[in-house]
Amino acid sequence: MKYADEFRDKELATGLARAIRAKADPARAYRFMEFCGGHTHAIARYGLEDMLPDNVRMIHGPGCPVCVLPAGRIDMATALAERAEVILCVYGDLMRVPGSRGSSLLKAKARGADVRMVYSTLDAIALAEQNPGREVVFFAIGFETTTPPTAVMIRAAEKKQLSNFTVFCNHVLTPPAMRAILDSDDTVEIDGFVGPAHVSTVIGTEPYAPFARDDGKPVVIAGFEPLDMMQAILMLIEQVNDGRHEVENQYRRAVTASGNQRAIREVAEIFELRDQFEWRGLGSIPASALKLRPAFAHLDAELRFAMSELVVADNPACECPAILRGLKKPVDCRLFGTACTPETPIGSCMVSSEGACAAHWTYGRFRDHQRRLAS
Amino acid sequence: MSMHQRRLDMKNGCVDLSHGAGGRAMAQLIAGLFHEAFGNEWLARGNDQSAFDVAAGRMVMTTDGYVVSPLFFPGGNIGSLAVHGTVNDIAMAGARPLYLSASFIIEEGFAFSDLKRIADAMGEAAREAGIAIITGDTKVVERGKADGVFISTAGVGVLPDGLDLSADKARPGDRVLLSGSLGDHGVAIMSRRQNLTFDTEIISDSASLHGLVADMVAAGGAGIRLMRDPTRGGVAATMNEIAQQSNLGFRLQEEAIPVKPAVAAACELLGLDPLHVANEGKLVAVVAPELAGAVLAAMRAHPLGRDAADIGEAVADDHRFVQMATSFGGGRIVDWLSGEQLPRIC
Repeated sequence: MKYADEFRDKELATGLARAIRAKADPARAYRFMEFCGGHTHAIARYGLEDMLPDNVRMIHGPGCPVCVLPAGRIDMATALAERAEVILCVYGDLMRVPGSRGSSLLKAKARGADVRMVYSTLDAIALAEQNPGREVVFFAIGFETTTPPTAVMIRAAEKKQLSNFTVFCNHVLTPPAMRAILDSDDTVEIDGFVGPAHVSTVIGTEPYAPFARDDGKPVVIAGFEPLDMMQAILMLIEQVNDGRHEVENQYRRAVTASGNQRAIREVAEIFELRDQFEWRGLGSIPASALKLRPAFAHLDAELRFAMSELVVADNPACECPAILRGLKKPVDCRLFGTACTPETPIGSCMVSSEGACAAHWTYGRFRDHQRRLAS
Repeated sequence: MSMHQRRLDMKNGCVDLSHGAGGRAMAQLIAGLFHEAFGNEWLARGNDQSAFDVAAGRMVMTTDGYVVSPLFFPGGNIGSLAVHGTVNDIAMAGARPLYLSASFIIEEGFAFSDLKRIADAMGEAAREAGIAIITGDTKVVERGKADGVFISTAGVGVLPDGLDLSADKARPGDRVLLSGSLGDHGVAIMSRRQNLTFDTEIISDSASLHGLVADMVAAGGAGIRLMRDPTRGGVAATMNEIAQQSNLGFRLQEEAIPVKPAVAAACELLGLDPLHVANEGKLVAVVAPELAGAVLAAMRAHPLGRDAADIGEAVADDHRFVQMATSFGGGRIVDWLSGEQLPRIC
């Protein structure tokens, strides 16, 4: 397949793995956090763990928008979808995210709520046009990557003067979450970050400069293909060995320093920062999420339907907060693979296929058995 | 058609509740549409059941329901799919399919023209497979109570002497053979369901596999431990089922698994794994190692198995893991799918 197979070449991978082993100093440990769930998925799906030396450990970060959405926001959306006049439009992988008491939009749909899976924001606009007697709400979610399409949708709704269309905004931001992890007292030591690929196509590499400059953490922005990941890991090892801490861009085929200025402007015109936003597994993080500006208040579902904020406590036995900070591994959680599986997710890391626990369960759990045998 | 029955208005007409009420309208529908499409001596006798000769030896029987959406897709429709699917369920036992039944649950308002396309496709698929649809049933439900049309089928076939395929016969060292490329049917369906357009049209692989199976049995006989058609849940679900039933693990080689570039690209775009995507014209066989080469050669000599591949082996494993060496050089599990495969956000 053109433009994908090139980045999955076994020979190149073998060469990179050899270079990583040669460069990694056996006398020290390298702990790198891949922030983005897409990276976690790639590591698990392509078995990259098998190609890294034991002293290079990847810590799976919180960068999956589905995983970090708190149960309270799902409950809010479910209550909205259960209103007879509402059609709730969601991206596919949101359907299974558990709210409180094991509820989900998939179950709400089965009970009769009108929840529609859409592939693009414009599908939601079309639904609003086709259903003038209903209230169409778009469940907006995602990091900086999916915010511009929501902005485009809001512009389109304005232009078409749709009176039956609103947005339930749950867009969150990458840098504040990285900041929260670094500032947390109980985060495991991190030697560098693999920076998000798609997010950086929008915001560029500059927003990561403070982590390199002020915190002394090397950052390498990397694509989602396995060769991208391997190369980024090698670049991080080289930075650590050299005592450097810079933002480097492995994903130069798509990412620039300043990002997509048009998208950034459009997002800034439509959205503003929320004071606080709850992240599943990480708690409340200041200035880490977006809401619609007052000029677009008529398109804000939270205002239109007077939705009140619901806060639901996560299961106390769930180790997701510690796993997201690198303090524990999925197998350290007593819910992992017992009460908590991809079919019955309890914690954030098991929710979407990109979460650390789901990725390990789905692709990597045979290694636990191998380790037990080896020990 | 007898004199008192009027012809159906195939161009503009549609099914209404009277077509399921047991009266003249129903008789018109059955005679004018289904009998015409399926056309065989058993149906022509007009009984509520059909008698047929029973061969000596072992028979196989299967039943299946078809609720696919959309009803029409590139490479087939729900009618041809119902025949292929039922034939394949019989064929996976190594058996030769003989007769099918077909029961229709039709939604009020369903166009005769669409129903005729479906019935014609069923008739054609049955004739191609050398089988007959010899009995059936028709029900009509109110608008909104079915998604156009649902079809349920039953099928019977006969098993060659000495053949008893079963997952508990698999042994460590057995080879896993796959008859062709993965994901064609699932992606073809998805492309219509979501109005996604790709540069290359992806055609469903829906096909009856009993001919291919007959050639495999001729080449491998009882060396073929078991066969499965990897439909819903794809090869991933099939291999996990086999692992559970055989108490074995499997080691697959990703590089050996054929996936068409267009299907791989569509899966990449949608964030899907071809191993989880449905197939309707493919089979997986677990074969004794000493006969695997001969069976694979027989598969490749058949038009429906020309891309057949040896994709891995059975291994002793108490955990019954289906592991895969990735084409990238690492290892991973091939797990069951959790619920429906849903596209990622980003």
